[in-house]
Amino acid sequence: MDKDEYQKLVKEYTPKENKLKKAFLAFITGGAIAFIGQVIASILQESFGMNTTESYTWLCLITIFTGSFLTSLGFFDNWVSKLGCGLLIPTTGFAHSITSSALDVKKDGLVTGLGASFFKLAGSVLLYGIISAFFLAILGVIIYG
Amino acid sequence: MASKKINGIYIKDAFTLAGEKESMASKDNYDIIINDYYYHEKTFEQAEIKMQKVVIDNLMRQNKLTSKDISFLVSSDLSNQIAVSSITASYYNIPFLGVYSACASFIESLIIASEFLISKRKGYAICVTSSHNLHAEKQFRFPIEYGAPKPKTTTLTATGAASLLLTKEETNIKLESYTIGKAVDMGIKDATNMGAVMAPAAANVLMEHLSDTQRDPSYYDIIITGDLGSVGSKIFKEYLKRSQNIILKNHLDAGKELYLKSQNAFSGASGPVTLPLYFLNRILKQKKYQKILLIATGSLHNPLFVNQKMSIPSIAHALSLEVK
Repeated sequence: MDKDEYQKLVKEYTPKENKLKKAFLAFITGGAIAFIGQVIASILQESFGMNTTESYTWLCLITIFTGSFLTSLGFFDNWVSKLGCGLLIPTTGFAHSITSSALDVKKDGLVTGLGASFFKLAGSVLLYGIISAFFLAILGVIIYG
Repeated sequence: MASKKINGIYIKDAFTLAGEKESMASKDNYDIIINDYYYHEKTFEQAEIKMQKVVIDNLMRQNKLTSKDISFLVSSDLSNQIAVSSITASYYNIPFLGVYSACASFIESLIIASEFLISKRKGYAICVTSSHNLHAEKQFRFPIEYGAPKPKTTTLTATGAASLLLTKEETNIKLESYTIGKAVDMGIKDATNMGAVMAPAAANVLMEHLSDTQRDPSYYDIIITGDLGSVGSKIFKEYLKRSQNIILKNHLDAGKELYLKSQNAFSGASGPVTLPLYFLNRILKQKKYQKILLIATGSLHNPLFVNQKMSIPSIAHALSLEVK
């Protein structure tokens, strides 16, 4: 049997993932987080007299803190493995990736472990986030002047 | 010829330690069950070292041996540079060989130890292997707390350690012959589908063994593969059927059987300790089978090469045993 035939065989016997169910779960959880976020932002605006930009900054801080805190308590990873992208795509996922890397290497030294591996997964989010923001900003200048 | 008969090497005793999750299917059989991944140590890595130490110490104590009586120690694990085995070996004054062929390491260590022991007039050799779920996960996959969603083909690294005492004195478990496998690469690049990576290696070594010894699969009461998992077992059988026209009836897979179905363990267990845990505790203690063929399968997976989009080679070694 050659490689191509074998790969066909493997494909045949690999159990199918239920993508629709996963997408639905991610849609519901992601949407729920967005909903909670909007409620928090509205509360901040109404009760604390913040303007929109301020309230979104605070909202971002709150979600990051919650994500990290729940990860450190030890059950957020179970949620992530079940709910998938619904929790990974919002800022909670970003915070979760940093905290999980940090927890992973906490015993490997402050510089060689924690410092070096802190952004292990979040590094890509940061890098490509900044790059895309840069190009979008240029595009914005060209279109809107 | 990669196969060879072994003359006069026997298994005297064994000692196994398993994690709580691994012991669920047969609680009474294991010598020690640990319910703490840290095993009272500071890190997972140190916990694994302690696991290896415990199985060696207990094996020697059970048989009233000291390190002076042991001719050599052959050990294996999954850590980088097999550091766990090396550090454990440094606590004992025994000549030491560290071996690595991923999850096929245990059979490799048995082959090496028995080959050395044959040339000696008398003596003992100890083979040790261990794996630790969180240690391996941290090293080969994502950070452990990350909880990345896993596909159904994933196998979970088993936590445990096993040690085995080989001797020249006659006992009721005899090592009969072995076949050293060839590294096989069938172009699978998916590190979450280890079963598919390893199935061709297992099939190839089985064919090699059968043709060298001129036996039929039905010669063996049971053929046990290492850690193909439920997905890999199906592929293994289908591969044998399509390429060699062999239908295996007496086949079990240790990885598939180690966890209970209710434990939600995806495709099953993996790790070098899977096969010894299953074989020593569940198969030997049943006393049902006389002629046993063990095929340990190892995916020679390196995260660096997986990132560089290289396909993953695999290896399998076969060892035939006769139980009286």
